[in-house]
Amino acid sequence: MQALYRAPETLLRVPTHYCPGCGHGIVQRLLAEIIDEWGIRGKTIGLAPVGCAVLAYNYLDIDMSEAAHGRPPAVATGIKRVYPDNIVFSYQGDGDLAAIGMAEIIHAASRAENITVIFANNAIYGMTNGQLAPTTLLNQRTTTTPEGRNPLTHGYPLRVCELLATLDGASFIARTSLSSPKNVLQTKEAIKKGFKTQIEKKGFSLIEVLSPCPVYWRMSPVDSLKFIEEKMTQTYPLGVFKDWGKKEL
Amino acid sequence: MKSSNNKKQLLTGNEAAAEAAILAGCRYYYGYPITPQNELVNHMAIRMPQVGGTFLQAESEIAAIYMAYGSAAAGARVMTSSSSPGISLMQEGISYLAGSELPCVIVNMQRGGPGLGDISPSQADYFQAVKGGGHGDYRTIVLAPASVQEIADLVYDAFDLADRYRNPVMLLGDAQLGQMMEPVELKKIPRTQQTPRWAVTGAEGRARNIIKSFYPVKGELEAFNIRLQRKYKVVEQKEVRYEEVNTERAEIILVAYGTCARICKEALRRISGTGLQIGLLRPISLWPFPKEPLRRLAKKAKAFCVVEMSSGQMLEDVKLAVLNRCPVHFYGRMGGGVPSSKEVIKKVLNILAPEESTLELEMSEISQELGKGLYFSTIP
Repeated sequence: MQALYRAPETLLRVPTHYCPGCGHGIVQRLLAEIIDEWGIRGKTIGLAPVGCAVLAYNYLDIDMSEAAHGRPPAVATGIKRVYPDNIVFSYQGDGDLAAIGMAEIIHAASRAENITVIFANNAIYGMTNGQLAPTTLLNQRTTTTPEGRNPLTHGYPLRVCELLATLDGASFIARTSLSSPKNVLQTKEAIKKGFKTQIEKKGFSLIEVLSPCPVYWRMSPVDSLKFIEEKMTQTYPLGVFKDWGKKEL
Repeated sequence: MKSSNNKKQLLTGNEAAAEAAILAGCRYYYGYPITPQNELVNHMAIRMPQVGGTFLQAESEIAAIYMAYGSAAAGARVMTSSSSPGISLMQEGISYLAGSELPCVIVNMQRGGPGLGDISPSQADYFQAVKGGGHGDYRTIVLAPASVQEIADLVYDAFDLADRYRNPVMLLGDAQLGQMMEPVELKKIPRTQQTPRWAVTGAEGRARNIIKSFYPVKGELEAFNIRLQRKYKVVEQKEVRYEEVNTERAEIILVAYGTCARICKEALRRISGTGLQIGLLRPISLWPFPKEPLRRLAKKAKAFCVVEMSSGQMLEDVKLAVLNRCPVHFYGRMGGGVPSSKEVIKKVLNILAPEESTLELEMSEISQELGKGLYFSTIP
């Protein structure tokens, strides 16, 4: 009997620690699928962040390293400089990348570092019980903005793709979402393009993935996907913001 | 500048550190400008491309230490350097290096503090270097050179120690050692490094490697810490380094490292032939600290005198080693102040004969200088 669909080999068969409806598991499965399809397990090195995704290495059967909070782009740089022909990616959340790690992400992009960053944006700090993130939407309630994010006191949501797309060193910058099977497949294509960017040494690539956090959004998993489609994409429109080979995607 | 072996070159301490690292097989250097170690950054920018290595000027000391973390995780010999305020920024990374058991060499050419301080020589980062600095129960191997030649020798050895124990190693110098020029012979054998089997290289044909310091399962972190402490015990047993000068007959033994040890040696030279029996114990490894030699000397010496460019940081380790078996005196200068050999002699004379006014008169020429220092005695 021919198997038409199966779990990727690079995805380890272990119980997940992610909450029901969380997006991290989907993105990490996509990574495993790409690694299998391209046969690149032996040359891929991943960086796990501080945050919910720190245990990404429990699920991906590849060489991985942790990095301190916000520092995956610096650690990825240190690895990539040793193995310029390997595929080095960092996996980061919004607190990690857009708050504490803003200096590292901007400079990695500006240096045209040949790494791919998977940026899971769920507009909240999940690991620490749902605090305000730089990407939290206006009026969104978090444990540190109990009345909702007020621009007068908490400032505005930070658009990472738009910001990085202004840098000469950024070669492929895209925002996708996990709100539907179609969007999941587009996310996979965008990650492939990111990997292709570094394989062809075209410079820095980042794929921002709008990802649900039902527990700290205090919504059901289904409502969380609706929230992405109806609310998040208003602030964070999907699309390709920078592309070194536009015709190819 | 080209490196040539078995030939004396005139180098600054900073340049010597860079050349020794290259000789030791280091091909990855990440740094950020800060005085007084800019010669090291600048030298690496020239030399690394010449030897096929990577020089990268990071956006901050924080990024520099984590780039070093990355190259260390990839199994490469890697170095970063800075001076006091920049080293403060690196402390988190040093804790992560120790927690992930990654080898890395870190050079700290200390300057005056606290805060922005100044760019003069200082030894006020002793606590930070030796006692941890970052969070958690970890140790950094700390080596303290006292000459440009010794900077070269110890940087080379630091890479071997870092690899052997999979642990960060800090070379603790200061503005004076980093910036002064002395003849250096780069006499050790050039090294190339094999990639260790634990490194992340891409898991081609083998089980994957994970570099981590996160142990969320109850009991795992404690077990890891116990293993770390066992490793540190071995380091304490095997890697203590020190130098003794005239300690056999000495009544008073000076204890000083780095620049202060050189000043103490000059003081010993000046008083030779006067009949005064003064010795010097110079710790070369600050961690592991030479406790045993101090305990041995405490049995016969009349007193110790610790000399530092700080308010008395290594002093605490000397006291812990001596454990009240013998009086421990202290002479220190702070905030970029460098003690003179005369000040050291004056302090020694005070210890020997605190009541003798004739000595005071003889030494009156230097009493003004002594006025600047911080001095006190602990007598059991």
